[in-house]
Amino acid sequence: MGSWPRYADSPVSLSWGRIRRMKYVLLICDDEKVSPTNEELDADPVHQAWAADLERRGAEVVGARLRPIVDATTVRVRDGETLVSDGPYAETKDFVGGFVIVECPNLDDAIAIAAGHPYAQWGGIEIRPVWE
Amino acid sequence: MTTPDDQVRAAVDAAYRDEWGQVVATLIGVTGDWDLAEDAAQDAFAAALATWPRDGVPRRPGAWLTTAARHRVTDRMRRDAVGAAKLREMAVLARDPDEPPIEEIPDERLRLIFTCCHPALPFPHRVALTLRTLAGLTTAEIARAFLTAEPTMAKRLVRAKRKIQEAGIPYRVPPAELLPERLGSVLAVLYLIFNQGYDEARGEAEVRRALAAEAIRLTRVLVRLMPDEPEPRGLLALMLLHEARRATRTEAGVLVTLEHQDRSRWDRTLIAEGVATLDAALAMRRGGPYQLQAAIAACHATAADVETTDWLQIVSLYTDLARIAPSPVVDLNRAVAVAMVDGIPAGLALVDELAEAGGLEGYYLLPATRADLLRRDGRDAEARTAYEEALDLAPTEAERRYLSNRLYEL
Repeated sequence: MGSWPRYADSPVSLSWGRIRRMKYVLLICDDEKVSPTNEELDADPVHQAWAADLERRGAEVVGARLRPIVDATTVRVRDGETLVSDGPYAETKDFVGGFVIVECPNLDDAIAIAAGHPYAQWGGIEIRPVWE
Repeated sequence: MTTPDDQVRAAVDAAYRDEWGQVVATLIGVTGDWDLAEDAAQDAFAAALATWPRDGVPRRPGAWLTTAARHRVTDRMRRDAVGAAKLREMAVLARDPDEPPIEEIPDERLRLIFTCCHPALPFPHRVALTLRTLAGLTTAEIARAFLTAEPTMAKRLVRAKRKIQEAGIPYRVPPAELLPERLGSVLAVLYLIFNQGYDEARGEAEVRRALAAEAIRLTRVLVRLMPDEPEPRGLLALMLLHEARRATRTEAGVLVTLEHQDRSRWDRTLIAEGVATLDAALAMRRGGPYQLQAAIAACHATAADVETTDWLQIVSLYTDLARIAPSPVVDLNRAVAVAMVDGIPAGLALVDELAEAGGLEGYYLLPATRADLLRRDGRDAEARTAYEEALDLAPTEAERRYLSNRLYEL
């Protein structure tokens, strides 16, 4: 057999899937039954540990906490007419209460970040890859 | 008469069975592109069929196939601009011109199986992807085994591969802290494949047998790749001990219960291997649900008959199992074992408790178990009602025939 390129037989070798960094939006959801103030959230040791984890990973791109759905307004345009209504877009049990955009190597890292968020313990975190 | 061509054909078939997963796994590692990897592997096997009759079967078919598939990847990538750019990128990092000796090529199949079984994929997609990429079954074969239309199965595979790519599911063996959870998913996928091949209700006998054999083969690979983990061995033992009884589970289309199976027809070789595999797992002293289930299966497989079965041991194993993997089905099985140890009323009391709890609503084995216990207790009228209830719920013809026979005997 002739000479041939050796690509990927060592664990540090190149694969495009591995060197790229992924961007995910973490949608932080719950049913709004528990609604800690920003100050309470800042004082929550779980939240502090989560923020420290993001810092350590250098993962956070941007994030924001959202006011509850009573303050939400939904806009639809149908047949050229703008329809404005009170409340969230989807009538569901759980609502998006905040989001964070993170950049990390793969889904497992995003899962680990999401699992550390306090809302994961009573609500849930939806991980959505950014469509780039 | 066997012709040289037949021999080559057999060698290619054997290589397909033994090397497909390894070739695909390596190529995914190289390219990160699942479709390209599969196509290139397919091409490599086609090339083997074309050249082996002329040049002879290579000394190391796996290395030959991997090399051939790599060349295909290079060829295909040269043809398009993006691929050509990637190829240059690879060439920069790939300076070693020599073929690595086979011992140094790491087995990439472990990465492949963990990725196929990632919990972010829907369970049926994990099953399909494992059978396609690791075992090399065609989409048509998988569709047939799962009684699904081929386009549906094809769509499932496309979606699974797309999600791996787009959601950034890593191609790797998970780190230690994730291993218990992720290994659980791998074992669940393999066990489901086995059960699909073991369940009398589902599909043609030949397809089922092949599927169970595939599950056993993949589990053997997993055991070899993770020699220090006890649960893969536990699962392998469980599969072997079940497989040993396959021939006796139905008789002329009627279900035969464990009690009435012809134990002289159980496969002693498989039982011996199952017990030895289980012993090796237990020696690691880290228990788990598959080891417990295998231990229960071993109690049955090594007993001469129902009377001399070690029911006390079985009760204790089911108690442990209910603790680490709680499920009403486990509780029901435990109730049967309790009836053998403490008498039928004790078992019946547990079954009635389960019926009241409602977790087994609609599950035919609940009334069927109750019916058998009532019959053995001489409570014929109640047994009859319970058999009728079970008959309404039983999902397969073999089970319905069994229940009708019992009802008829009363």
